[in-house]
Amino acid sequence: MKLDPAIRDQVLATVPSLRAFAISLSGNIDRADDLVQETLLRALAHIDSFEPGTNMPAWLFTILRNLFRSEYRKRRREVEDAEGRYADTLKSNPEQTGRVEFEEFRTALNKLPADQREALILVGASGFSYEDAAAICGCAVGTIKSRVNRARTRLADLLSIDSVDDFGPDRATRAVLAGGGRN
Amino acid sequence: MGDVTEMKSRKTVHIETAAPNGEMPDTRDAMGRHIGTRKTEVRLGREVQARIGQQLRAMYDQVVKEGVPPHIAELLRRLAEQDDGLA
Repeated sequence: MKLDPAIRDQVLATVPSLRAFAISLSGNIDRADDLVQETLLRALAHIDSFEPGTNMPAWLFTILRNLFRSEYRKRRREVEDAEGRYADTLKSNPEQTGRVEFEEFRTALNKLPADQREALILVGASGFSYEDAAAICGCAVGTIKSRVNRARTRLADLLSIDSVDDFGPDRATRAVLAGGGRN
Repeated sequence: MGDVTEMKSRKTVHIETAAPNGEMPDTRDAMGRHIGTRKTEVRLGREVQARIGQQLRAMYDQVVKEGVPPHIAELLRRLAEQDDGLA
């Protein structure tokens, strides 16, 4: 079956965000790219089950998440190469200001339970509605809301964010001085 | 990206629905202090939420900005052209 160019373009437009989601799930760029590729192959093999006019990003994210979950169960022992590869990509972005703060944030994010992290990313970064995120994760909307909330609270806790004052320009400096050993 | 709802949110976050699997929100604030009996309210300042959202998107968008990797673009191009089975 020949792939409809319009469908292909929709898929193509979703790839960058799909890839960012895959990296946030797997913490590893190589595995993320494998996941994206496998997701696309699977999606296009079942493109007939996609209803034109419905949410292509949500459909692809659902497939990727399910693939990741089944793979994760198989390879539970070798998870979270989160530090190495991801950190490497960030080094190639020297324009990034507040590097220490950024690293601190990523580390905190990785400490969240997978369900919470996933919900927070879908809603807070991928830009999905609570309803779409619930569909992607196969759970109730209220569950997603609860997870996002707990994720935000936990992150604020981990980052010791109590007020807007904590976001002053010296925050990165203080993080260095604290040596990352704060609770 | 579409954060209309977040922009509208006030100083507190209201959890409208208790999850069926018992995922109740903590009744503590961001510093771990108990915030009393208003169990459906988690005190997270608007600025704190905005900042977390900003960092989250900054991290995510770094990858998004990389666009479509060449091998993925090539894969899709091939799939769009071929008439028979995939891969």
